[in-house]
Amino acid sequence: MKPVESLIFAIIFLVAMVVFIRRIYTLINLISLGNWEYRFDRLWERFKNMVFYGFLQKKVLKKTFGFNHFMLFWGFMVLLPINLEFVLSGFFPKFSLSFIGEFPYKLLNMLADIMSAVVMIAVIFAVLRRVVIKPSYLESTKEAYIILSTVGFLMAAYFGMNITAIDPKEKDLILPVSEFLRTMIISGMKDSELYILNRIFWWVHASLFLFFLIFIPYSKHLHIITSLPNCFFRNFSFPTSPSKMQFSKNMSFGISKITDFSWKDLLDALSCTECGRCKASCPANISGKTLNPKEFIHTLKKNLMENGLYIISNRPFDTIGKPMPVLNYPVPLIGNGEGSINEESIWDCTTCGACVEVCPVFIEHFPKILNIRRNLVMEEVRFPEELITFFENIEARSNPWGIAPSERGKWAQHLDIPIFSKNENHEYLLYVGCMGSFDARTKKIINSLVTVLNTASVSYGILGSDEMCCGDALRRLGNEYVFDSIAIKNVNLFKKLNVKNVITICPHCYNTLKNDYRAYGAEFNVFHHTELLNMLYKNQVLKRDFAFGEKSIVYHDSCYLARYNSIIEEPRYVLKSFTGKLPLEMGNSKKDTFCCGAGGGRMWLEDDAATRINRERTKEALLKKPNIIATSCPYCVTMFEDGLKELNVNENIQVLDICELIVEGLKIVKDTEKEKIIEEKRRVANG
Amino acid sequence: MHVIVCVKMVPDTTQVKIDPVTNTLVREGVPFIMNPFDAPAVEEALRIKDIYGGKVTVLSMGPPMADAVIRKAIAMGADDGILLSDRVFGGADTLATSNVLANAILEISKKEPVDIIICGKQTIDGDTAQVGPGIATRLGFNQATLVDKIVSLDLTKKRIVVRRKLEDWFEIIETSLPSLLTIEKDANRPRYPSVPRRIYAEGLSIPIWNNYFLKLDPNTIGLTGSPTTVKRIFAPEKQKGEIFEGNGDGNGTCFAVEMILKNLENWKIIRSTQNV
Ligand code: SF4
Ligand code: SF4
Repeated sequence: MKPVESLIFAIIFLVAMVVFIRRIYTLINLISLGNWEYRFDRLWERFKNMVFYGFLQKKVLKKTFGFNHFMLFWGFMVLLPINLEFVLSGFFPKFSLSFIGEFPYKLLNMLADIMSAVVMIAVIFAVLRRVVIKPSYLESTKEAYIILSTVGFLMAAYFGMNITAIDPKEKDLILPVSEFLRTMIISGMKDSELYILNRIFWWVHASLFLFFLIFIPYSKHLHIITSLPNCFFRNFSFPTSPSKMQFSKNMSFGISKITDFSWKDLLDALSCTECGRCKASCPANISGKTLNPKEFIHTLKKNLMENGLYIISNRPFDTIGKPMPVLNYPVPLIGNGEGSINEESIWDCTTCGACVEVCPVFIEHFPKILNIRRNLVMEEVRFPEELITFFENIEARSNPWGIAPSERGKWAQHLDIPIFSKNENHEYLLYVGCMGSFDARTKKIINSLVTVLNTASVSYGILGSDEMCCGDALRRLGNEYVFDSIAIKNVNLFKKLNVKNVITICPHCYNTLKNDYRAYGAEFNVFHHTELLNMLYKNQVLKRDFAFGEKSIVYHDSCYLARYNSIIEEPRYVLKSFTGKLPLEMGNSKKDTFCCGAGGGRMWLEDDAATRINRERTKEALLKKPNIIATSCPYCVTMFEDGLKELNVNENIQVLDICELIVEGLKIVKDTEKEKIIEEKRRVANG
Repeated sequence: MHVIVCVKMVPDTTQVKIDPVTNTLVREGVPFIMNPFDAPAVEEALRIKDIYGGKVTVLSMGPPMADAVIRKAIAMGADDGILLSDRVFGGADTLATSNVLANAILEISKKEPVDIIICGKQTIDGDTAQVGPGIATRLGFNQATLVDKIVSLDLTKKRIVVRRKLEDWFEIIETSLPSLLTIEKDANRPRYPSVPRRIYAEGLSIPIWNNYFLKLDPNTIGLTGSPTTVKRIFAPEKQKGEIFEGNGDGNGTCFAVEMILKNLENWKIIRSTQNV
């Protein structure tokens, strides 16, 4: 390498570095436009997360093609030090990493040689996937091809360099692929020719490398830089509950512009790899609705770029040099233009959480959607018209239909169910919920549960007409103000009655009572009825009964049970307990379940007949040719029954809640030791 | 444009039962709400304000806690509210009520002349639909009852055209301002208040006018000023329904349908079908 070459390289390199660092600086500035959020706790765990999910790509590997990405990523990791050496040797031709020791250096070079070949193959696969397989969720952008070809040629140049080296720096390096190529291609060339070729390859490699460096932060490959911190700063648990809000004068509610998001939300927006997994698992998108979670995140990024850059260069400063807020943003957050989110799509989300579950870099889509709903409902008062009545009914009468609260306990009138009271020492409060209290179909479920509870001699009471709506749908639809007042009333009531354990049949009530109410000071245990039934079977209070042996049962997981609260094995165990075998599983099941369409308040929204989610899910269930579709959520039951009707299914397929199934085949052990078992159960219940 | 809306706090009658023994309304534990006919009245006033500008004042007579309905109207977008509350106003029938309201409006209009008064068509606790017309008569305003649509409003000529919803037809009438309208429940869909407005309304102190201020003749207000007395309240007995069952025989006759037709004929609800 001639000194003039080194000089030229140094200049180009410095220019590239300036461009790269400036871009990174701008991106950090953009992220810091977001609101403050504390994410610096449990640093060691965060670090481990980054290692497992960032470096070891645990989530990426869950999908078949994830392996290809894994190979690309690790190819890069190995090539990183080699490229460092490459760059430094551009300045100082004598520089070498050999000081790390002879063996490690040899190993590194050998690995780099092999991985370069692997990366080339992975690039070819990635291109083939885009050209031949063309998965619908993966838009093949020009950008993707630029990146892939850059990487491909970078590897080619690397080999080119190696095989044309006249006197390989350290002759004894083991470079199996390069050696092979050398014998194949260039044997017999003259040294002078090789030298020229070598310099050409060197410069091609150098320019591609620097191009890549600059291109990364300007393209979707920004995720190479951002996804690692995004895994580091991830939310440790599934986002079951939105944050509690304060309500006072002169506050704004929810998110109306990009800078209302937290810095972590903005980092999310910059970390998307555009892999399309969220889109491919979004029930709203699959059934043809407007919402596309990938597009949603991508739009946030565009919006941040447009508005953020404008803000950074135009924001006024006050006298002491503190930045003042910019009032007008060039691109609205909600709207129809480029960089704005389509308003209709905000209402499509069922908050099922499939997107969050699959995202390899822990982006949280639907919590952002909820925050936008909050603004639309509470400040803009812009929401689907049918919700006015719904909101008013819940606020005035504490149920979605506006039925008089005095009617709430009516379903139990002839059942002789005690009203929950401190003095009676009731062990459980059976929280019936609005569906259980008023919806004709769900009343059957609650009646079945009552039969089971009575047979198992569980001590419980209900609230009767004092029961109130839990407020789940209000919260998920963005009406946090009314939810807040309901939550306070409910928690106070439960505290006054000294409620310790609650049973509910509805996963939505379950999640609200269990997770949402924590922030309101709730301390009681909450059990979904499948959890309780599971305990009753495990403790043999309910006898195993194999009466259902002949019928094929497929089980559908409710999102709020399986994904939100990891209640996956309990219902299956219960089903196995009285059918003798595990239920059939749909393609999307357990944590990867597919929403019935009713969550996130969508139960109470009009649904366009052309894009019903329940139809998709019902079709999936029918693939298993079941006699019974079993589930454990009143919404899901409703949605499947509607789905069967809409699909004009003639066969006699029943949709049943698990406890309805039990009632059909119920047999109870009159165990002399029952008292002991109940005691045990109490112990488990109390934690 | 200054619009006054009269609203009332009423017990949520869907939750009210009649005590079979004493024949009185059981009001215990029954929540109070804004009279459902009044929300469309507020909405109509707000729509006028949205288009023509001006001010909407809400007026209500009732116990001190009735300020809740005024707050609700303010949360929806009304500018101001006044509560007429005094023990001596209590127990009033429609005659005495309209007297107090009319005089309060006179008082308000001394400072800000009133162009339109809007009332709900009726209340769900009394169902008389008399207070609105009572106010108009006392103030000498033109009145249009049962309005389900404001067709046009001309501020310079001070003319208003409204559509009245009568039993079998609509009536479109034109009148001059100032006038009083009573609004049908389905005239519009009342807006949902925003949270900042709700918080603002919660924090307001609503001025209360009593009779020291209004100085009305005690014989024309409250129980003493009310010639109406309630003899008895009762729920009319429900007649038992009848169910006819039967399937069509495939030849165009069905037992159930025939029985229903026959009964409707007997009750003279439809004319004989025999000759058809
Ligand atoms: S929560 Fe479910 S419906 Fe909403 S965007 Fe994510 S996958 Fe789609
Ligand atoms: S948001 Fe996550 S799952 Fe969706 S495309 Fe981006 S990286 Fe993939």
